[in-house]
Parts: sequence; C-alpha cells; structure tokens
Amino acid sequence: MVSDKPLITDDEAAKITRVEELAYELTVGEVMTKKVFALRPEQTMREALDEFKKFRISGAPVAIDGNLCGILSIEDLIRSLRDGRIDLTVADYMTSNVITVKQEDQVIEALKLFVKWNLGRLPVLDSSNKLVGILTKGDITNGLLKALQKDFEAEELIRYRASHLFEDIVSDRSTLTLRYNVKKNDFSRGGAASNNIKKALLRLGASPQVARRCGIAVYEAEMNLIIHTNHGGVLRVEIEPDRITMEAYDDGPGIPDISLAMKPGYSTAPPEIRAMGFGAGMGLVNIKSCVDEMNLSSSLDRGTNLYMVMHLDKSKPLA
Amino acid sequence: MKIRQILEISQGKLLTPHVNLDMEILGGYAGDLMSDVLASIQPESVLITGLSNPQVIRTALIADVRLVIFARGKQPPQETITLAIEERFPIITSDLGVYEISGRLMQNGLPSFEKRMLHAFDRD
Repeated sequence: MVSDKPLITDDEAAKITRVEELAYELTVGEVMTKKVFALRPEQTMREALDEFKKFRISGAPVAIDGNLCGILSIEDLIRSLRDGRIDLTVADYMTSNVITVKQEDQVIEALKLFVKWNLGRLPVLDSSNKLVGILTKGDITNGLLKALQKDFEAEELIRYRASHLFEDIVSDRSTLTLRYNVKKNDFSRGGAASNNIKKALLRLGASPQVARRCGIAVYEAEMNLIIHTNHGGVLRVEIEPDRITMEAYDDGPGIPDISLAMKPGYSTAPPEIRAMGFGAGMGLVNIKSCVDEMNLSSSLDRGTNLYMVMHLDKSKPLA
Repeated sequence: MKIRQILEISQGKLLTPHVNLDMEILGGYAGDLMSDVLASIQPESVLITGLSNPQVIRTALIADVRLVIFARGKQPPQETITLAIEERFPIITSDLGVYEISGRLMQNGLPSFEKRMLHAFDRD
C-alpha cells in the first residue's frame, strides 16, 4: 500500500532551502580550518610521511613563508613509495598548479570547485595571496551545521517563548497589545509596522494565511494613516488566543461620507500619491475582504477609527 | 519556474546578494497599483512592476510574493535596495518592459497569478 506520508515535510523542505541559502551566505574564511600545517618543498617525502602520520592527515599544502607553491596528497606519497624514491623531495612529487579559494569567497563557490575537480582539500588564500587556511568538504559540512543550529536555536527560542505566552500566563482573559505610531507622510517607513505585525503573528503561531490576511488589512490601514490624516495616527493590535483585533485611529480630518469612501475605486488621494502606487480607492475594500469584521466610524471633529477583527479557527487557537 | 530561469528569460540583473537561485516561483503578476496587488496576487509569485519605491518591497513581503522585477531598466533608489537586502528579498532589474517580460515568462510556461477582483465589483 502506498503511504500518504509525504517523502519530505514542509518543515524539512524549508531547512534544505536554508542550507542552500547558507552556502551563499557563509564565506570560506568562516568555515575553513585556520591553524594550517604546511610542508616545505625541500622536505623529503619520508618527512612528509611522518608529518601525515603525526597529524593524522591525508594531504597538506606546500608553502614557503606563507606563499603557496604546491599541494601534496596521500596519493603522491604512495607514488613515491611505489617508485622506491621516498628520499626525494616534496617538490618532486607535489602538484604545483594548485586550485585555490579566497577566504572571502562564498562557500558555494568552493563546493562547485570540489564537485568539478573532485578535490580532497582546497588551500585558502587571503587578499594578498598568502596561505591562511585549508578547506575540506568536512569543514563545509561542520560550518553549515553550526550555522544552521545557531539559526534554528535563535528562531526556535523566539517562537517558543512567543507561542507559549498565553499558556504561561494564567488569567481569565489574556491579551497581547502591539502599538505602532504612524507618522503623516512618512512614506519611506510605510508598511514597516504592518510587516512587524505580520512577523509577530507568525511567531505567535498564526497560520501563514491568517498572518497574510491580517498583514494586508493593517498595511492598507497604515498607508491610509500616512496618506489621509492630519498628523498620522496609531495602529493597535490586540492578540488573544481566539481572535486578533486590529485598530487604526487618528485625530482628523475625518471622512465626510463613509459609504462613498467604501465604494471600490473611490479615492481622494492626490496624483503624487497615485504615482507611488497608492490611492487607487481599493484600500478599504481590500480590508473588508481580508478580515471577518470591519467597522469604520468617523467624525469631522474627532477623526477616524477603523476597527477590524479576525476570528481564529477554534481548532487552531494561538498558543 | 526557478529564479535562475526568470533571470535569464527577463534578461535581468540581480540587485541583491545571497539569493537562492533555485527557489521556485509559481506564477506571475504585473501591476503598479499596490492595493490591486494586495487584493489579487496569489502567494509564491513574481511581481513585475514599473514602480521602484520601498513600498513595493513591503507590499511584496505582506503578500508573500517571492521575487520583484523592476521593468524598463529602472534602477530602484538605494532605500529600496537596502530594505530588500535587510529582508533578504530578491529583486531584479530588467531593461525590457512590463509587457515583454510578462509575455516571455508566460511563453515559457509561467502562469498568470492575477485573480479577477471579485470582491471589488460584484458586490453592491
């Protein structure tokens, strides 16, 4: 019988992608072995054999005063043994046109070289071409695992703390309130608060769909505060295990005709706002279709209050 | 379709580092009205646009868009690039126009992710 269980879960897939990302983010210098042992070209192959035994290694770079001149592998040692010429020098048996990487290169570049040339190790050079380390596939694996672990622990800790918030605090009704002050005409930060709200919801354990819908609703509300108010306003999000309440309020100028404002395509935004991609008259319409409840109240004296509620699936409450 | 293929087909240039070029993009959307984008784009898509302000990136993040292409050779302002790098969001600039990029991507099998905005015109 065929099992319904997928071969790779979404979680696992996300981790694979992160490993790939890390291969681009990490540099060779961060994962290489730094205390590099190097042979000198005038040493004999017999001495090289002793060094390999002593350090339990299967290859080493060859350098004079930090300047790389070759690389010697265990295969070269075997060749000299087979020839019965173990008293010849390292220079006689080493490979001298060596493939190298720079310490500031991305790990992915080194991986490509390993695959392309089927190498055991890559000498690492700094910007002035001095030998500063050695890189094996094992170093890369260790480096990636360490980075992944660090990454994972950091996000895991945040998520764990956040998602247990409601469990840990006992009360008849616990709520978490997030508050963001939004400035009039602050376009360069427009949407920053909403993105933070979306991230917070994900960390608290909301599904991606719920986080996306709330994100869109508060983003439209945030842009409205930036575009249409006298002095900006406040975004306030109240998070409870079974619902998310979002509010945007300001101190004016107020909306004269709410039903007109709710009409798709109706906008009072000036041309320069439209040139930025906003003011298409779809904001409030979008909000309405994203949230479960919406109430818009406005007065020309006191300003506007936009109230939005998202009910959470009872089978999937937060925390 | 992978970001790698989209780069090639759109003759684009990547503006952010550390991009996973093998990330899958499921569909495409072309537009300049951010509210329209929020209302009708489906997740895991590419947004092709003639706008280049930071709100494009914020809109993309909110709507779970995976890639943005700035068309007609637009070089976005530094604050847009900085935000994209901070959020590890991939952005591309292409000399081709919105119409041509969209046409090429569709011809190569990337479906349209623009939904009809039902809620906007079917009610009231």
